[in-house]
Amino acid sequence: MKTYKLNELAKTIRSKNAGPDNITFDIIFAEKDIYEKVKKSGAITKETIARLYSAPENKIVTFVEYDPGNALKFTFQRNKSNGTLGESDLFGCQQYGPLINYEVTI
Amino acid sequence: MDKIIKVICPNGHLSYARMEKGSFDLGLQTKLDAICADAGSNDVGPYPLGADSCTSPETWQRYDIENMLLAARKLKIPMIIGSANDCGSNKGVDKFVRIVREIAQEHKLPPFKLATIRCAIDKKHIQSALEKGERIQGLDGRADLTRKDLHNTDGMVAVMGAEPIQRAVETGADIIITSRTSDCCIFASFALARGSSKDMAYYFGKVMECASFCAEPYMGKESIIGTVGKDYVIVEACHPGQRCTPASLAGHAMYERKDPFYEEVAGGTIDMRECRYEQISEKATRVTGQKFIKAKDYYVKLEGAGRIGERRYIIVGIRDPMTVANITKAIDWAKDKVVEQFGKNGKDYHLFYHVYGQNAILGEMEPVKEIKSHELCIAVEAVASTAEKADTIATLGARSIFYARLKTKGTAGGAALLTDEPLVAKPVYNWTMNHIMKIDDPYKHFPITIETVNGEEKK
Repeated sequence: MKTYKLNELAKTIRSKNAGPDNITFDIIFAEKDIYEKVKKSGAITKETIARLYSAPENKIVTFVEYDPGNALKFTFQRNKSNGTLGESDLFGCQQYGPLINYEVTI
Repeated sequence: MDKIIKVICPNGHLSYARMEKGSFDLGLQTKLDAICADAGSNDVGPYPLGADSCTSPETWQRYDIENMLLAARKLKIPMIIGSANDCGSNKGVDKFVRIVREIAQEHKLPPFKLATIRCAIDKKHIQSALEKGERIQGLDGRADLTRKDLHNTDGMVAVMGAEPIQRAVETGADIIITSRTSDCCIFASFALARGSSKDMAYYFGKVMECASFCAEPYMGKESIIGTVGKDYVIVEACHPGQRCTPASLAGHAMYERKDPFYEEVAGGTIDMRECRYEQISEKATRVTGQKFIKAKDYYVKLEGAGRIGERRYIIVGIRDPMTVANITKAIDWAKDKVVEQFGKNGKDYHLFYHVYGQNAILGEMEPVKEIKSHELCIAVEAVASTAEKADTIATLGARSIFYARLKTKGTAGGAALLTDEPLVAKPVYNWTMNHIMKIDDPYKHFPITIETVNGEEKK
């Protein structure tokens, strides 16, 4: 068992609007083996992600293990819809930042 | 269907940045059946729709339309652009038609048949639906549409399905410009008109609409070519440095959608659970197993935006380490000064401090609580009913950081003002509609107009 930063394990870590009211996050792995190990590690679940982002779990509207894409995927309901009053990430495309150095033990 | 069709897509969200001509020209060497692109997006926020404006400069729109139009007329194949002018309003269709006409005249193109499709569902239509007690269902956790939502809406569009565009293709139109449509329906409509199954056509649209975003490595605005056969779709990257791979296509299925297995469109759902991806050449991947599940009822999506107020910004910087460490106190002090003159924040005005270096991007979701930067940038944003009031609030909000009473050695001003004059911004809008409404006919609310461009002048 060794602890890695997610950045060292995943090929793609991104966030993006999924319509004006949601932001969806994709963590994509190049290797099936790593994907399966991360999946089994329990490091990335609805609970752990909610904790990382200090958000109630019900803000995460979907959490999917997407085997065809070797990817973990979850979607947050936005606090503010994109581009509306006081909102500051129009495309939702910088919300993945905290995941880069997130630690995973596999 | 025995015949296979090939379609090139030169750009996802046409003109948000200009298409890259190199890969488009390479793609044009293949024998093609159509050139299609989506020009709309919600990603740009509610302003363009609410103000019936756009976000892409006209010069970029002209560049993309010119490249597509000249290629389509040279090859004598149809060109389809959906969701004209970023928000896909009828005014946006008019603008794209003007650009098409101007380019056609400038290049003295031989006459061609132009079909335009506009949206006839407007606020009055929605009003009468609400009066009849029809349910207009909210998406993504939104409540059902109310009269108040409708009253607060300045601009709206209904998102057409593939059917009206398919009909326009079937009339033999050379060029088709449409109001707001689902991205995938632009491509699906052409495939359906040429006899493809719904299973193949809608998935084809789904995978094509963002152009080179479905290829790897990451490069936007490059062309891709999609092929639709009887029971497969093949996608190929045109840029010499890009490839479509099983991973890149499977990865794209989940891009900007909350569910990687299903996508809802007007009239049904694209089912990608059984998709199989095979690399068939260096740059191309074949996809099989996709399905389309026809819905019992036909729903169209409604998008609406309404004006909140005028907006001004002032940007200030902080370099004093003692102020950086106490920035929250400084902002609280400044907010209180604004409350003294204008009352409670959020009632008759809105004031935001976006503190870059602290948590401007993630807000309350930011896990890093400690400020690690030696300097901070604060965008002070004021929104009020009039420009004059927004000006004053932005000024007071920023200058009160300047005058904030903190324990520090600096006694000549607590903030580096990038500007003292408030920066004039576009008004703020909110999304008032992200809803779906049942309609009884996929065609009748989206009338098609056919005209000849560069034909005989009508007397």
